[in-house]
Amino acid sequence: MKRFSREELAARVASDIPEGSYVNLGIGLPTLVANFLPKDREIFLQSENGLLGMGPAPAKGEEDPDLINAGKQPVTLLTGGAYFHHGDSFAMMRGGHLDICVLGAFQVSETGDLANWHTGAPDAIPAVGGAMDLATGARHVYVMMDHITKTGEAKIVKKCTYPLTGIACVDRIYTDLAVIDVTREGLEVVEMVEGLAFEELQRMTAAPLARGDRKGAR
Amino acid sequence: MIDKQVSSPAAAVSDVFDGATVMIGGFGNAGMPAELIDALIAHGSKGLTIVNNNAGNGETGLAALLKAGRVRKIVCSFPRQADSHHFDALYRAGKIELELVPQGNLALRIQAAGAGLGAVFTPTGYGTVLAEGKETRVIDGRHYVLEYPISADFALIKAHRGDRWGNLVYRKAARNFGPLMAAAAKCTVAQVDEVAPLGALDPEVIVTPGIFVNRVVSVPGTRNLPGAE
Repeated sequence: MKRFSREELAARVASDIPEGSYVNLGIGLPTLVANFLPKDREIFLQSENGLLGMGPAPAKGEEDPDLINAGKQPVTLLTGGAYFHHGDSFAMMRGGHLDICVLGAFQVSETGDLANWHTGAPDAIPAVGGAMDLATGARHVYVMMDHITKTGEAKIVKKCTYPLTGIACVDRIYTDLAVIDVTREGLEVVEMVEGLAFEELQRMTAAPLARGDRKGAR
Repeated sequence: MIDKQVSSPAAAVSDVFDGATVMIGGFGNAGMPAELIDALIAHGSKGLTIVNNNAGNGETGLAALLKAGRVRKIVCSFPRQADSHHFDALYRAGKIELELVPQGNLALRIQAAGAGLGAVFTPTGYGTVLAEGKETRVIDGRHYVLEYPISADFALIKAHRGDRWGNLVYRKAARNFGPLMAAAAKCTVAQVDEVAPLGALDPEVIVTPGIFVNRVVSVPGTRNLPGAE
């Protein structure tokens, strides 16, 4: 059985983002998606700290301390891009203006609850940033994560055990093994990696999966 | 003649009192008024409540204020960073109180204070531990949490250019919380890279009108800015 590499997963997510979309990519793995956006589509990347039309990292020596992304790394602004303050930035999310956000996750439930900000461990320092605003506000929330944890536990579950980021907010889950839609009827497998049996995927998922009719479809 | 310029960062923060609530602009280091924070550390006020997106990183700016032991409480969205060790140590030792606020709610609550609102119903955080114990309401089928404004005694912000009436323009992503905080504090201090003559800032592009600004301090840029700017 083949697993999606981080890059393949990023490319897979990127292929689903239509031209003209306003998109926020979360810190970490989702940031990789930017590298794989189809060159023939104009897609607007939003950064919560006040950028629309965010471009790639600058050339060495061209870094500007006033031009960073949400992960506080140096970035550039594309021609036609805009700067704005935090009030406008979060109005874009909360007001439903942002088409898609892609977030990492600790857990996703079968009803689309998301847990991605805090493990709840007593010694952990909590930090939430813009995760709750994105999860609640973006019109479509895509999660991008490994299908199971490093120790083999399912990350797609009936009910999240980690503290929630948002309720019933996830629309689609992209893992290294499958693409799964969260529907009113439950979880529906849209795609699986080559050589993986449905039953095997189900064994690694702690919530019931249905075979999607749209297998292989984009 | 109205001239909101003050002579130095030290003069600009000379009346910050013990126990004051101080908003500090910036997202990470972009837009953080480092020289005003240095002046605040030298000024010596204690028991401060700080409102910022983060809780300082590295050894300078907000991190240095925390290290100096001047902060009783911090209101922020993202305290934990790779190099936020001064906050981490204070937090683990129980020497600092943390009010964790989702970033958009932080912005919203600051805006609400500046706009004179009594409270705001926001969808963000509903059903999470950060909304525990808070009033909720269903409006048009959507769940909302009641959040109260965050105001401050002082706001210390950084802008790119200002004038003697306190009008401000910012630079790139250093704008972030500046315009919101400027409106939410009793006394707003802006450090600027350059004070421009009155009329030199295009009225069409002024981001923060001077009504929200009490003091302007010229701190010529120490950043290494690429390009012609």
